[in-house]
Amino acid sequence: MIELQGLTKRFGEFTAVNRVTFSVRAGEILALLGPNGAGKTTTVRMLGAILRPTAGDALVAGHWVTKSPREVRRRIGLLTEHPGLYLRMRGAEYLDFFGRMMQIDPDERVRRARELVDYFGMSDLYDRRLSTYSKGARQKIALVRAMLHDPPVLLLDEPTSAMDPHSAKLVRDAIVSLRSQSRATVICTHNLAEAEAIADRIAIIRRGEIIALGTSGELKDQLLGPPLMELRLAGPVDGAVDLVSDLVTIEGRGADWLLYSTPNPSHTNPAVLQTLSREGVGVVTLSEVERSLEDVFLRVVEA
Amino acid sequence: MTTKALQREGGIAESLRLVLALVGREVRDSLRDWRIAIPIVLLTLLFPLIMTFVANSAIEWVASYGGAPIISERMLPFLLMIVGFFPISFSLVIALETFAGERERKSLEPLLATILSDAELYVGKTVGAMVPPLLAAYLGVGVYLTGLYYFEGWSPPLELFVLIIVLTTAECVVMVSGAVVVSSQTTSVRAANLLASFIIIPMALLAQGEALVMFWGNYDALWWIVAFLVVADVILVRMGIYIFNREELLGREIDELNLGYIWRTFWRHLQWEPWFFGRDPDRLPAALRWMGALGGLYRRHLPAVLRESRLAVATVVVAILLAVLVGLSFAADYPLPAELLGDEVVSADSFSDSRVLGVLSLTTGGILSHNLRVLVGAALLAVFSFGSLAIALTMAPLAVVAFLVAQSANMGYDPWLFFAAGVLPHGALEIPAVVLSTAMAVRLGAVFMSPPRGMAVGEAWLRALADFLKVFVFLVLPMLAAAAAVEAHLTPALVIRAFGG
Repeated sequence: MIELQGLTKRFGEFTAVNRVTFSVRAGEILALLGPNGAGKTTTVRMLGAILRPTAGDALVAGHWVTKSPREVRRRIGLLTEHPGLYLRMRGAEYLDFFGRMMQIDPDERVRRARELVDYFGMSDLYDRRLSTYSKGARQKIALVRAMLHDPPVLLLDEPTSAMDPHSAKLVRDAIVSLRSQSRATVICTHNLAEAEAIADRIAIIRRGEIIALGTSGELKDQLLGPPLMELRLAGPVDGAVDLVSDLVTIEGRGADWLLYSTPNPSHTNPAVLQTLSREGVGVVTLSEVERSLEDVFLRVVEA
Repeated sequence: MTTKALQREGGIAESLRLVLALVGREVRDSLRDWRIAIPIVLLTLLFPLIMTFVANSAIEWVASYGGAPIISERMLPFLLMIVGFFPISFSLVIALETFAGERERKSLEPLLATILSDAELYVGKTVGAMVPPLLAAYLGVGVYLTGLYYFEGWSPPLELFVLIIVLTTAECVVMVSGAVVVSSQTTSVRAANLLASFIIIPMALLAQGEALVMFWGNYDALWWIVAFLVVADVILVRMGIYIFNREELLGREIDELNLGYIWRTFWRHLQWEPWFFGRDPDRLPAALRWMGALGGLYRRHLPAVLRESRLAVATVVVAILLAVLVGLSFAADYPLPAELLGDEVVSADSFSDSRVLGVLSLTTGGILSHNLRVLVGAALLAVFSFGSLAIALTMAPLAVVAFLVAQSANMGYDPWLFFAAGVLPHGALEIPAVVLSTAMAVRLGAVFMSPPRGMAVGEAWLRALADFLKVFVFLVLPMLAAAAAVEAHLTPALVIRAFGG
């Protein structure tokens, strides 16, 4: 549904996005994760045929952004960080205007607008001026605007970054509820929890380049190494180290605890327990040390 | 796609629908803003009524002193113009708000993500900014004329009425299209308001000039002002269409002045590749590497710059031909007395006075410095006039030359001999040098209207400046120096030989 091929954008001497290549399948949500100024917004703007790539190209819903920008824009829904509403308009009027801008038939645009507003629980706001909307409601009406023409590609540029936790959750829930088998979604964020909660895959972007791409689990394995296990013993750890050092890689130790890593815990852990039990070493707990996406992100970004 | 609309065909009908929808929104939004709506209503209804009252009172007051009908004859059309002008001044406020304001409030980006093309967006927003003030102006004119007809039985001649409507409309287009250009260079309404002085001050001066013309009663002069405004409209709209696009709007933070970037960009465009008959110039002996630089400049770089400037060169050549025709035409219409160029006038003494009109010293240095001053001045004027004043400055002396050559025929001389002896020796170098310099100066001004695709206006101007400097220093200056030497030493001798007594 979305395929980037060496997408590059330069502003004068500054390279904002450098040879970015990845793809997003229909039904998939990909999070573009990166610090401020990493090139997320520029990438999304190129995918939305709003900015023209300096080099490379992207195929979006069957159309190349460099060759058919209008056709690409027909097929994308873009939600920006700031909802950018016309505050003197009413909700219904605003949606009708953007429906006209996307050339939706009059009856169809009223039906779609009503349907989406009802879906997001905003029916009571429909005829009110946008200036009276709360922050969360403003972003949700912007999401309705982006979804009005039922686009096969949804581009969400830091949709919750300027919001309080409650409003952010409302918008996040709305995004998750829009997941569809026929729609590809790219969400830009620097919110790690949001990326992990929403996205199927995560692409980490730094200084305009994709430096890691995969599912949350794949990224952890790829960048933090194999899973880390913590073993707590009933007695001193000295003898146990010799017993398990052939099975696992010892990463650290204390008086009665041991840290080890293993690429295949489901196979190794039973063997470790069996060996210790056989030698009469008492095991209190064996657990996986939790590794967060934040560790991955910091490892990559600070590298 | 599931919606029927997305399967529709594009084309002109779609463009028209999009533009009209945008215009409708912009107009509604402007009229919902009380800061715009209330003054427009006042200027539409109240102000014309006051003007009617003022006109009526002035006529009665003048009549009470025995009457001077010319005052009412002049004042009524003048107030008609003012009644039309005041409401359209709001177009500037609306345009700044709709372009810079939207950008500042971040409401432009959702619009940029729709299927609107850059041109549709520009046209929709421009027309949207013009409709309320123009309607207010037309309505105000209607109210004023109705009042005058009712109280004084006065109605304007059809030509004056059409002139005022056209003038008002052209001024409105200038203000709105100027505001688009200004707004495109800023990211805030505050900065746009500051830059708007470049529109307000010329428009205020123009309005004062129009007022003078109105009291003078020469309405033909106002048609010339309309023609000037239409040219300005075309230039500004052309510029607006070019710079009001997604790349320019989202691509840069243009309020920041980055001197380092400016210098690096200028320096990059100032440089060229060395060349030495296909050999690697770096392998030349160190003492001869300058030959590689010169080879690259004269064999490759300057021809490329001139090829790129061929449209500007052609424009200047056409302008010069027009200037020659104007000079010839004036010579036919205004022949000089035959004794003015008698044999006794052309003698060694004619050239012994080293100063002409107290300005030009007829020495190599004097002629060269004069030509340099004029051409540099023309380049500076070109920057502020989209190149037009540079062309005008070049046309003037050549029209004079053509005028003098034609006059020589009127006085019984062979004009070809006159031209061959008095103009050609130094003109063969000087005129091409002037053409090249003026063409490069035209680029310095015209680049604002149409910078090369994919290049920001600022970078395009820096490139034009670098090209101007290279052509000026390495082509124009040597040609002018040689021409000045010929003009100081050879031309006088040839003229004396050909025509001296």
